Amino acid sequence: MKAKNGLAAGTAAAALLAASLAAGAASAADLVISNWDGYMAPDIADAFKAATGLEIEVVNHATNEEVMGKLMASGGKGYDIVFVSSPFAEILNGQGLAEPIDAAAVPNLANLYPEATTLAYDPGNTFSVPYTWGTTGLCYRSDLVEGTPDSWMNLLQPSDALKGKTTMLATDRWLIAAGELAKGYSVNETDPAKLDEVKTLLIEAKKTLLAYDDTTFYSKLVSGEASLVHAWDGWCNYGIGENADIKYVVPKEGSDLWIDTIVVLKSSANKEAAMKFIDFILDAKNHAWAAENILYKVPNKAAMDGLDKALLEQYPNMAMAPADFTKYELLRDLGAAQKDYSRIVSEIKAAN
Amino acid sequence: MSLNATRPTLLAAPGVAWLVAFMVVPCLLVLSYAFFERGVWGGVEYTFTLENFARVADPLYAKIFLNSARIALTASVLAILIAYPAAYAISRAPRMTQPVLLFFAVLPFWSNYLIRTYAWIVLLNREGLVNNLLRKLGYTGEPLSMLYTEGAVITGLVYNYLPFVILAIYSVLSRLNPELMEASRDLGAGPVRTFLRVTLPLTLPGVAAGGVFVFVLSIGNFVTPALLGGGRFQMVGNLVYDQFLTANDWPFGAALGAALIATMIVLLLIQARATAHASGERAGETRE
Repeated sequence: MKAKNGLAAGTAAAALLAASLAAGAASAADLVISNWDGYMAPDIADAFKAATGLEIEVVNHATNEEVMGKLMASGGKGYDIVFVSSPFAEILNGQGLAEPIDAAAVPNLANLYPEATTLAYDPGNTFSVPYTWGTTGLCYRSDLVEGTPDSWMNLLQPSDALKGKTTMLATDRWLIAAGELAKGYSVNETDPAKLDEVKTLLIEAKKTLLAYDDTTFYSKLVSGEASLVHAWDGWCNYGIGENADIKYVVPKEGSDLWIDTIVVLKSSANKEAAMKFIDFILDAKNHAWAAENILYKVPNKAAMDGLDKALLEQYPNMAMAPADFTKYELLRDLGAAQKDYSRIVSEIKAAN
Repeated sequence: MSLNATRPTLLAAPGVAWLVAFMVVPCLLVLSYAFFERGVWGGVEYTFTLENFARVADPLYAKIFLNSARIALTASVLAILIAYPAAYAISRAPRMTQPVLLFFAVLPFWSNYLIRTYAWIVLLNREGLVNNLLRKLGYTGEPLSMLYTEGAVITGLVYNYLPFVILAIYSVLSRLNPELMEASRDLGAGPVRTFLRVTLPLTLPGVAAGGVFVFVLSIGNFVTPALLGGGRFQMVGNLVYDQFLTANDWPFGAALGAALIATMIVLLLIQARATAHASGERAGETRE
């Protein structure tokens, strides 16, 4: 009897602990926003409060997939606004989790480039607002690489001098896109025969890689460990900032057009505040923060027009005209074919 | 029921409750996911299936499993080979200095696992400390590629788990009755023979405990292969991680996790049996 009581007491204590943990997680803020670490101004909460009187709480996610897993498990509850890449915004909308953007409540939408309002996954910005955009290409040390790389094959079948000195992105869509672009296929290809060719090419490429790297490839260029890396344009800029010999190029076969977006969740209890937050971000000065500090192009004409010319000279890819890169193909939601992509990535990673 | 009989149950209750609430229940939840279909974007669709377990046996994933086992086994053997002499030396040191030596052996645990692993990146990379030192010593060839190799992964695993093995072997060595070795020598056995016929067999439970510990921790490890292997050497831990966090295939990740846990339980049971067997033998010998 006593033993049983003891166990019951223990269980009660555990339940109490669980309850207090749950209470700790509930937030008093008006808006809970999930974003990548460092993707907004660190003082955004104070600035937003000063402008609107509303409290926000920012939580971080490391990857799109991480926050998607949470949103799918909870039906979107617990978050008001999420920052995700465009294919994931598409999925949120497809799953009925995205709240329509109330254009009347977001007058700063007028700051967007025309190209940013006609994006194929969401023409008219009905359920998402673009936050940053750009290309994926090659970032390299012009003092260590002979000639000027201009093809995805420079990365996938490197010259002997570059073997063991290249890195590739490991995030599935971009890893596979490198092979698809090299072969001249769509970055949303679903034909199994073509994907098989891409897989073979990428397995061969793996043998020549220094590493797969999604986060520190630019510092490997700076240290000289790597000479040529697969990179998002904005992240190549971090390398350029430390070593002016680092250059970025979009290969002649093209790039994908990637877009990170802001989505309001249908389950949000405070949609009016959420729209205010989007309008706040789209303010020319606030949106310019992203361009100036994370060195990504932003789809906000007013913000980009106000940038210091010296910044554009130092980081030439920041000065690309929207028309020159919005011509590239967007990564789209693959639907059921996403499973095939996951499987191919597993096979590439398991290959020796 | 007497007070003495109930007291142990009472004392164990908080620990048991903790384990049940935060280990057994979550593990069972994860295991239960393995029997359902994946939601395309994470989560689980509650349609019963055994497909996830069939996929674990797929040659592609079985290969990753076997490869992880090979890496974990190599790490265990190396750790034992390094730890045994160290533990032996510590157990032979003067009584007063033994705690100090043990303190130094476990000192690395005072820093974070990630920091210790990053330190190897600083040491081994192409422009790292080792290559710079070689250059200073007059080496002029291409810098050595040590990082992002299988060797780097094994080095990281051995380094991180070595203190466990030293402690496990030391604990057996220090309890060994020195009279046994003296008797062996009195009966004419040399130091090598004494070691091989007396010391080593009697310390095997410690060796097994340390070795199994390294194996179990290594085969499920995902941080070290990711950081020191540069993502090029996938171990089963990375595969599980990827299923939960990038492929969003929770049921398959759960099935892989279940297979991994089953492997670990079998190994730990074998090790426990072997230890019980060995100590039973020793108890028998004492009685004789």
